[in-house]
Amino acid sequence: MSTFLSQQVPLSWYLLLSAVLFSLGIIGFLIKRNLITVFMSIELMLNAVNLSFVTFARQWQFCDPSTQGCLLAQAHAVKGQIFVFFVMMVAAAEAAVGLAIIIAVFRARATLAVDRIDLMKL
Amino acid sequence: MNGYLHLWLIPLLPFAGFLFNGVLGKRLPKWIVTTVALLAPLASFALVLLAVSSLLGAQDGPSPFPFVETCPLAWINIGTLHIDFSFILDQLSLVMLLVVTGVGFLIHIYSVGYMKVEAGYARYFSYLNLFLFFMTVLVLAGNALLMFVGWEGVGLASYLLIGFWFQKTTAADAGKKAFIVNRIGDFGFLIGMFLLLANFGTLTFTEIATKLGQDPGWTGGVVTVIALCLLLGATGKSAQLPLYIWLPDAMEGPTPVSALIHAATMVTAGVYMIARNHVLFDHSPFALSIVAVVGAATALFAATIALVQTDIKRVLAYSTISQLGYMFLGCGVAAYSAAIFHLVTHAFFKALLFLAAGSVIHAIGGEQDLRKMGGLRKKLPVTFAVTTVGVLAIAGIPPFAGFFSKDAILAAAFAQGDTGKALWFVGLLTALLTSFYMFRLWYLAFFGKPRSEAETHHHPTPWSMLVPLVILALLSIGGGWISGAWTGVGRFGSFLAPVLGLTATDPESAALEVTLSVVAVVVAVLGWFMAELFYGQKPDSPAKLAAALPGAYKLLVGKYYVDQIYGACIVKPLLLFSKYFLSPVVDTALLGGTAWLLGGTATFAGALLQRWQSGNLRSYAAWLTAGAAAVLLFVVVPWYLVWPASLDFVWKVARH
Repeated sequence: MSTFLSQQVPLSWYLLLSAVLFSLGIIGFLIKRNLITVFMSIELMLNAVNLSFVTFARQWQFCDPSTQGCLLAQAHAVKGQIFVFFVMMVAAAEAAVGLAIIIAVFRARATLAVDRIDLMKL
Repeated sequence: MNGYLHLWLIPLLPFAGFLFNGVLGKRLPKWIVTTVALLAPLASFALVLLAVSSLLGAQDGPSPFPFVETCPLAWINIGTLHIDFSFILDQLSLVMLLVVTGVGFLIHIYSVGYMKVEAGYARYFSYLNLFLFFMTVLVLAGNALLMFVGWEGVGLASYLLIGFWFQKTTAADAGKKAFIVNRIGDFGFLIGMFLLLANFGTLTFTEIATKLGQDPGWTGGVVTVIALCLLLGATGKSAQLPLYIWLPDAMEGPTPVSALIHAATMVTAGVYMIARNHVLFDHSPFALSIVAVVGAATALFAATIALVQTDIKRVLAYSTISQLGYMFLGCGVAAYSAAIFHLVTHAFFKALLFLAAGSVIHAIGGEQDLRKMGGLRKKLPVTFAVTTVGVLAIAGIPPFAGFFSKDAILAAAFAQGDTGKALWFVGLLTALLTSFYMFRLWYLAFFGKPRSEAETHHHPTPWSMLVPLVILALLSIGGGWISGAWTGVGRFGSFLAPVLGLTATDPESAALEVTLSVVAVVVAVLGWFMAELFYGQKPDSPAKLAAALPGAYKLLVGKYYVDQIYGACIVKPLLLFSKYFLSPVVDTALLGGTAWLLGGTATFAGALLQRWQSGNLRSYAAWLTAGAAAVLLFVVVPWYLVWPASLDFVWKVARH
């Protein structure tokens, strides 16, 4: 079915890597106490998702033209690539806003420990 | 009708005046308020005159009436129910409009002088304009529902104006009493309308008349019930037995208001409503006889109370109730045009009498007690002259206005067989009493010696009050001649005939009519003579008579204790019911409990959910992750293996 990817590195490896990265991101997001680290974990999750997007896009792009549905799959494959750009843009915007917030929080509170940023508490 | 006549302007101009003075009047100088307040009714009156002139212009051609003007946008359009904003101008509404806007305008002028020093000058005039708006809507309405809007609106204006001096408890209470008593009547009107809709499927007056005319089978039964319901409405608005009790108390309002609303126009709305729906009443002889009996009973009943009243305005109030009884009597013997005739002349002379009383009260510094007046004829010559005209008119002395209309009603009653003769006799007795108590007022206020200090420093009467008085006096002298005949309703009746029909039974002969009117005049003069005897020549005789008949006197002074009876039978049980059932059970337990339950649930749920909002960033992160995991679980796990039926649901959703 696949020509390019499967001969060198199987599809599942890419997806496994993506899943591992995403899980690491979640774990970091949940257990880390430094706001910057939490923030980086979120970026990690986004990039894990990006990885699976491009993986599938490549996978479908190089399908066997004689297979039923291949043409349609190829037409769709480019969308996976485009979506990655969207995610990257959101991540960039998030980084800009998020870092600005983190700087503001640090100026106000002189700390980045998430447990101590609790002014919203009733 | 010609193209340039717009009926909707007639009510809307006073409404504009109301909005202007109601919103801005407080901040504007008095002369602007006065100008706007006077221009609005004047413009309406001019429009009505325009309608009259176009009528006269079209005398040779086909009759321009009834002229119907309908708003292109429907008001209510549900299923088969279709109700428009439609105005109808025919002979009946034209006569009524002339009275309402004409007399209304005169009373506006009078008010300028009377209310000059009052606080709330702009408020007063905005209410007065509001009243004219609703009254013209009532008169012009082409269907019962629009009439009801006007009907309720004049009730509102009446309430606002009775309670104009709302700082005074009695005035505020009187306003509430008027409003609440009128509600009972309105209930009847509403039920009547529902029955009309259920049986005729329409509320338009002309359509109802057509449907009744097409099928002669409409007699008695449901028509009687509808007519009686409408009659209940009319007794509320027109202060007839058993709902008359609000009108005497309504005298707490400013005197021009008493003249306009509680004598000349609003209280005659009941008579107008019966005349407007006369086809219904014609189809139910029983309801008609009830109208006649209510009218005659009220006329006599109120006249007897008026005999002993000492407040000048209350004498006039009971006299108004009594005269309205005459109009009902006229309607009840199917002499609708005679009733409308009396409505018109009564508007002239009763407005005149009220305004003259206001002039007296104004001149002697707010005193209303007849026992403290006396000898005023030299100090207030103009007021004395116009009051004399008014008294002669209401007493039925020819050639003053009241004679013609009262005579027309009495003659029509006499022609109605034995019952009619009994009604005629009651009417005649009332005429005697009317003449007596009006001349009593006349003698007490204007003759004899001054009986109190109040008169010694009297204020001059401004011209703005005198001019309307003189005009109304002229109308009270000449107003009866619109019939153009000494007896009966004459050309006034034939003018109204297209709407109201000719008076059903004309008396057998002209000679009988003349005899009847001579009897009526003799009775009126007799009343005058008795008043002269009691209050002119022997001022101590009333006290002697009262002492000789203590029971009767006390009964009359106590106004037959009707207020007390209503208080004990209706008001008190209602209050007790409210206090011991409605307040603790319904209000506190049921409504309060429900509100408490709802509020309590929300508070409780809030207290629980509040814990979720810990303010701890990492707990939010955990919830977020848990939520995402839950969604993932929902999507990924093949639930249909666990529960196959769920697949049907998925298919259903997918198909949609």
